[in-house]
Amino acid sequence: MTAADKANALREKFGDLLSGPVEFRGEVALTVADVNRVAEVCEYAKKELGFDYLVDLSGVDNYGDDPRFELVYELYGYGHGCHLRLKVAVSEEACEAPSVSGVWRAADWHEREVYDMMGIRFAGHPDLRRILMWEGYPHYPLRKDFPLAGKPTEMPDVAFTNPAPLEGGPFVTNPGACSSDKREPRAKSFES
Amino acid sequence: MSSVKDIEIKDAAARAAEAAAGLDATDDMHGEKMVLNMGPSHPATHGVLRLTLELDGEEIVKAVPDVGYLHRGDEKIAENMTYNQFIPYTDRLDYLAPLANNVAYALAVEKLAGIDQALPPRCQYIRVICCELARISAHLLGLGAFAMDVGAVTVFLHTFTQREYIYDLIEELTGARFTTSYTRIGGVSRDVPEGWLTKLEKFIGEVRVNIDETEKLLSRNPIFQDRTKDIGVYSAEEAIDFGMTGPNLRGSGVDFDMRKAHPYLVYDQLDFEVPIGSKGDCYDRYIVRVEEMRQSANLLEQCIREIPGGAINVDDGKFVLPKKEKVLTSMEELIHQFMLVTQGTNLPPGEVYFGAENPKGELGFYIHSKGGGTPHRLKIRAPSFVNLGILQHLLPGHMISDVVAILGSLDFVMGECDR
Repeated sequence: MTAADKANALREKFGDLLSGPVEFRGEVALTVADVNRVAEVCEYAKKELGFDYLVDLSGVDNYGDDPRFELVYELYGYGHGCHLRLKVAVSEEACEAPSVSGVWRAADWHEREVYDMMGIRFAGHPDLRRILMWEGYPHYPLRKDFPLAGKPTEMPDVAFTNPAPLEGGPFVTNPGACSSDKREPRAKSFES
Repeated sequence: MSSVKDIEIKDAAARAAEAAAGLDATDDMHGEKMVLNMGPSHPATHGVLRLTLELDGEEIVKAVPDVGYLHRGDEKIAENMTYNQFIPYTDRLDYLAPLANNVAYALAVEKLAGIDQALPPRCQYIRVICCELARISAHLLGLGAFAMDVGAVTVFLHTFTQREYIYDLIEELTGARFTTSYTRIGGVSRDVPEGWLTKLEKFIGEVRVNIDETEKLLSRNPIFQDRTKDIGVYSAEEAIDFGMTGPNLRGSGVDFDMRKAHPYLVYDQLDFEVPIGSKGDCYDRYIVRVEEMRQSANLLEQCIREIPGGAINVDDGKFVLPKKEKVLTSMEELIHQFMLVTQGTNLPPGEVYFGAENPKGELGFYIHSKGGGTPHRLKIRAPSFVNLGILQHLLPGHMISDVVAILGSLDFVMGECDR
C-alpha cells in the first residue's frame, strides 16, 4: 500500500474535510479544512492506518495571507514505510489548534516549539510553555513580522538588539532585491 | 513543586538542646522532597542541558528538562539567506558530525530542486564517505564521553586519539577540521585530494583495532555493566511514540535505518547490517553504537574500493558555479555565475521533507519554498531535540547517578537540539 492509497483511505473516511492528495517530489500531502478536527484525523491515521511515528510538526507563517498560519504534520508508519504530510491552516484571530500530544507523545515538545516560535496555542496540551526561548519572553521570533535583528525587550542585557559587528556584512541578503547596499542591511526589518 | 520547603539544620548545640527538650530536629525532613538543579553547566549534560530534578532521597520523582540555552535562531537565519549560504550553519547543528549535516541539508535542497537523482556517482560515493566518517567520529566521542561519565576515563582518551586522526583526514579533504561546509547544492566543494583514499584506508585499519580495544575496556567490564544494564529502559513502542530515532530507537529493538528503509545516495548498492538491541537499556544503546562503527568502517572500505572517477558536481549551470576560466571567456557561464552569486539557486515553489540517518538519529529538513533563492520556511527536525523529549518520562524512578548514564547513552548534542 503506497502513501497515495493511505491518503485516499483517509479521504474516504473524512470526505470533504480533506482535500488533495497533492503529490510533489514523491511526497503525498493532504490539507485538512477545519483546524478543530485535525486531532481527530491524526488519531484515525495512527490507529487505523498505522502512522505510528510523528516525524515532525512545523508552523509556517504566510504573512499577509488569510488564514495566516499553517501547521504541517509529517507522519510516518514503521509498519508500512509510507510518509504522509497533513497540512492545516490556522487563522490569526483564533491562533489555536487542538493538541495531538494525546495521539503521539512526541508531539509534546514539537507543539511547545511551535507555540514558542509562532505563537500558536494548542488546546489540551498538558504543559504548554516556551521551550527554546525563556519563560516570559514577549515575542514569537519565527513570525515574519519579527525582524531578524530582534525586538527590544525588558531585559536588554539578556536579549540585546544591537546589530552584529559586521553590520551590512555579507551574510544577510535578500536576493534579487535592488542594489547590494540596500540589500544587505544587517538589521533588516520586514517592511523594507 | 509547591511542597518544596527550605530545611534548616541547626548547629550541634541547638540540636542537643532541642533533643533534651524532647523535640527531634530531623522530623521536618521526613517526607520532604528536594529539588536539585542539574546543569546547564554540568559535565554530564554534554553542553547546556538543564534538568530540574525533584528528589525523594536519591530517587527521582519528577524531571523537567529545560533546553534552549544554545538557541541561535538558525531557522530564522535560513529564511534570510540563499540556500548555499546556509551550509556553514549546518556545521553548527550537530557539531560532532558536521559532514553528515552538510550532506543531509544538501540532499534536502536537491530534492526540492529535483536534481537528487542526477548527482554523479563519484559525488554520491564521496558523500557516503563523509557520512560514515562523521558517524565514526560522532560515535567515538559519544562512547568516550559516555564511558567517562560512568567512570572510565581511559576510554575517552583512547577514542579521542582516533578522532584526532579523523580531523586530520577531514582537514585534508575539506580545508577545515571542524566547520567543514563541504557540500554544495548539486555536489561537493572540491574533489578528494590525491592519496587521501590510501590514508583513509590506513586509518580504517587503525580504527578497527581501536574499536576492539574500546570494547575490551567496556563491554565485559563489571562496573560499566552495573552502571548501564537495566538502566534507562524504554520499550520499542515507547521509543516510537516519543519519536526516538537512530541508535536510541534501534537500541530498543526496532529494526529501522533510513539508509536501509529509504536508501539515499548509493546506500542501496552497499552491503551493511543494521545492529539492533533487545532490551532498550543504556547498555544496548552502547552496543548498537559500537557495532555501527564497525559497519561504517565496512562501508568506508567498500566506498574506497568502488568509488568511480568522473565529475563531482551535477552538470547544470543553474545550480553549480561554472569553472573560473569559462566565466572569463564565455557569456553563458558568466550569466550563470552572476545569477548564482547575486540571487542564489532559483528553486521551484513547493514543499519537501528529507530525513537522513545521521549519527544522532534522523536529521530532517522541511523546506517550504515559494520559489526563488531563499526558503520561505526551513524547519530543522533535530534528532537530539526529539530524543530528549523522553527524559521527563524516562528519568522518574531512577537514581541521580543513573541520570548520568542515561544522558550519556542518549548521546545528544545541544547545538542541534537548540538550533
